[in-house]
Amino acid sequence: MNDMSLTREEREAKLEGMGCKRKRVEDIRFTQGKGNYVDDVKLPGMLHGDFVRSPHAHARVKSINSEKALKVPGVLAVITAETLKTVNLAWMPTLAGDVQMVLADGKVLFQNQEVAFVVATDRYAADDGVAAVEVEYEPLPVLVDPFKALDPDAPLLREDIKDKKDGAHGPRKHHNHIFEWTVGDRELTDAAFNKADVTIKEMISYHRTHPSPLETCQCVCSFDKVKSELTIWGTFQAPHVIRTVVSLIAKLPEQKIHVIAPDIGGGFGNKVGAYPGYICAAVASIVTGKPVKWVEDRIENLTATSFARDYHMTTEIAATKEGKVTGLRVHVLADHGAFDACADPSKWPAGFFNIVTGSYDFPVAYLAVDGIYTNKAPGGVAYRCSFRVTEAAYCIERAMDILAQKLDMDPAELRLKNFVKPEQFPYHSALGWEYDSGDYHTAMRKAMESVKYAELRQEQAAKREAFKRGETREIMGIGVSFFTEIVGAGPSKNCDILGIAMFDSCEIRLHPTGAGIARMGTKSQGQGHETTWAQIIATEIGIPADNIMVEEGNTDTAPYGLGTYGSRSTPVAGAAIAMAARKIKAKAQMIAAYKLEVHEDDLEWDIDGFRVKGLPEKFLGMKDISWIAYNSPPPGMEPGLEAVSYYDPPNMTYPFGAYICVMDIDVDTGVYKVRRFYALDDCGTRINPMIIEGQVHGGLTEAFAIAMGQEIHYDETGNVTTGSFMDFFVPTAVETPKWETDYTVTPSPHHPIGAKGVGESPNVGGVPCFSNAVNDAFSFLGSTHIQMPHDYWRNWKAARELGAVG
Amino acid sequence: MAQAKKTQVSMTVNGQPVEGLVEPRTLLIHFIRENLQLTGPHIGCETTHCGACTIDMNGMSVKSCTVFAVQAEGAEITTIEGIANPDGTLSALQEGFRMMHGLQCGFCTPGMITRAHRLLQENPNPTEDEIRFGIAGNLCRCTGYQNIVRAIQYAAAKLNGTEFKEAAE
Repeated sequence: MNDMSLTREEREAKLEGMGCKRKRVEDIRFTQGKGNYVDDVKLPGMLHGDFVRSPHAHARVKSINSEKALKVPGVLAVITAETLKTVNLAWMPTLAGDVQMVLADGKVLFQNQEVAFVVATDRYAADDGVAAVEVEYEPLPVLVDPFKALDPDAPLLREDIKDKKDGAHGPRKHHNHIFEWTVGDRELTDAAFNKADVTIKEMISYHRTHPSPLETCQCVCSFDKVKSELTIWGTFQAPHVIRTVVSLIAKLPEQKIHVIAPDIGGGFGNKVGAYPGYICAAVASIVTGKPVKWVEDRIENLTATSFARDYHMTTEIAATKEGKVTGLRVHVLADHGAFDACADPSKWPAGFFNIVTGSYDFPVAYLAVDGIYTNKAPGGVAYRCSFRVTEAAYCIERAMDILAQKLDMDPAELRLKNFVKPEQFPYHSALGWEYDSGDYHTAMRKAMESVKYAELRQEQAAKREAFKRGETREIMGIGVSFFTEIVGAGPSKNCDILGIAMFDSCEIRLHPTGAGIARMGTKSQGQGHETTWAQIIATEIGIPADNIMVEEGNTDTAPYGLGTYGSRSTPVAGAAIAMAARKIKAKAQMIAAYKLEVHEDDLEWDIDGFRVKGLPEKFLGMKDISWIAYNSPPPGMEPGLEAVSYYDPPNMTYPFGAYICVMDIDVDTGVYKVRRFYALDDCGTRINPMIIEGQVHGGLTEAFAIAMGQEIHYDETGNVTTGSFMDFFVPTAVETPKWETDYTVTPSPHHPIGAKGVGESPNVGGVPCFSNAVNDAFSFLGSTHIQMPHDYWRNWKAARELGAVG
Repeated sequence: MAQAKKTQVSMTVNGQPVEGLVEPRTLLIHFIRENLQLTGPHIGCETTHCGACTIDMNGMSVKSCTVFAVQAEGAEITTIEGIANPDGTLSALQEGFRMMHGLQCGFCTPGMITRAHRLLQENPNPTEDEIRFGIAGNLCRCTGYQNIVRAIQYAAAKLNGTEFKEAAE
């Protein structure tokens, strides 16, 4: 029986349901070094694979000689494109409708491209084998600058499609062109610009960077020749999609492929796509009959698997002289590298970049995106953001500041003047989205009050005067950003990956003792799903979260789902959990009605069971109902208590937030100090505030890194100059600012529990906030826009160009 | 390039004497992970930057991805697997990381806790700045460090028998 000696508060606390700062279940094993990551998987007889990679950014491969490599002790095989052609796997489809070489087929198109795969008894022998493979290259002209990609005489990169006039997303207008994607009304937008009082135009670049999770991409493939079954342990954010794609391209029946994503050491978008390493390890296992492990090293990770961003956004805003925006026009040059390996829903070549109208009520807008090839690594993944949403947020938030500067208005005031108003929701944006809910004014004002915004501006004005008088060499910047995210892909009506609709799923099974297991189509990479998913169930059906085990990542046991990225887990799978739980609750109600001898409608839910309305002592708890469900269900009712839900959301969710950063920059050294960073997030219903704050801290730190120095940089010959943690900026505890978090709650009206997703918001809102702070600091010296990343050297350079340094 | 003659190494790991045959070039992290099957310490960069492979060797924090196994001959080593209390309960640091949400994906955590373990031996009462400087050799991509700092403060307070005051939000 339920313990009725407890108060309602005590019963509720015992559940550790939604809203509770529940400590994480995962931490027990992680703090003791007992996580189980892919590189921890060891199988008898396991071999290791490693890549020969191209030193050139663009070259013809004249020959590959494996003779010496095959004589290296321990080396068993060297796989090349020729080997892969025998199984029709020299090329593989990308998620974006392009094809990508698995191993160099005649030429290489970016530095560190995979050329051959050496299989050996251990990782040292594999390395020896790699060093012994002889490859003869004939260098070709290199294309690095995206702005030169469409020149008539630009080098031809993709010979395989040189005569293809149509790509996956329509006509191609040049041999290095991938797609043109347009949204909005061009004529109406042009008209708005023609009659505008004020216009601004700026080319705003969002540089190339990389998600670089601390654990790189890796897999173990094991092919069982007797059963013709392939098992893959891998760092997969979307294990089910991997299984389906492997089935389709390797022509293996889907039930004979077992994909297991064990613990994952961070993903941030890097682990959504399919990489040559997975294909080569699988083929090597089939060829050798032994398990094969492939583990990427850090340099390989940074230079070969899936960069992010590289968007060059020419942005124009039209406005009245009072500061009311009347039109937005954006052209994006999108550098995809050598192959279009974006991890966006397939119909969205530029992701959801058309969220670029942001939080503002633009009556008209027009957007055109041109995707192009260059001699750089392929990709374009969503690094801790929904698909291209951080690029969009950066674009509009930087542009709004530039407009404010031109109008001589305060940037926060300009935002308040143009926000979509609470009564306008659901709001239809000029570029086609239906924003579900929001209260932007409240969030912005709360942020401004919290940091004493007006006082900060006064202080800044005084400091600027002091700077002009030569009393200080420090300038002060106040960065404001207000973002609207679009997450939770997504409605199957407009979101799929290679035809696979983007629903998600949950299966809950309660056991007779009132404990249970929940299996999901998502896959945590640090988000704490084992903790939070159980909290949703606890609140929905009154079983303590501690009694619910959450399991993800095994395609044999978990229901089909599209995985974890784009902040989609809570909006989509979180809804599936609630819906599955409600099915269980509905059956539980029938059982309770029978046992309490009343009509179902005479029952009411009370924390952890059903009570007869008006008769508080007549109560049946979920623990007892679970036992009854198996052992003495009502006549005619099937025994058992389990449910599954596949949830196809009716709409995306639209988290939002107001961020403010205060920064001081020494003009003589370019050294900056982040004095304050305040982040207010509205992610709707908050499931576990501790985890939300942790997500915000982490996302802000990644945003800080990106805005202030983290970059994948190429020299003019296509060499990556930031290919290790020596050169690629990952902040330590010393550089990382302290974060102040805050929130408002505007539940999503269409989500069963009103939750919206939060993991990526801080990256989306954080990058423009830092960049706006730097730009705001320099603005009084006459600059309108300084490109990211804002490292010390670039800050010093900016100060020098603006005449602030002698 | 050809595999060299193997060398016998012996050391003490988490209080237990261990030995094995290794190539001279075998890295300590590989010896620990592959030969000893202690997979707590991780490999994140192989260039001494990230600290995921941090172990405690002869009373110092060491990044085992850039130490040869033969260099650890005779050494006293503690890995994350040896950090818990003798009765198997979580140590103050492990508990602190859980209580203060000092970890997310868990990949940096073994190295981070092993480093913090040494830090608190060197400086039982560190200031926040000292903690931040003290763990600067360990990268975390998930947490933004703020809660790691609090986790270490929690552990320091518990070990010192003082009251832990949560830093103001």
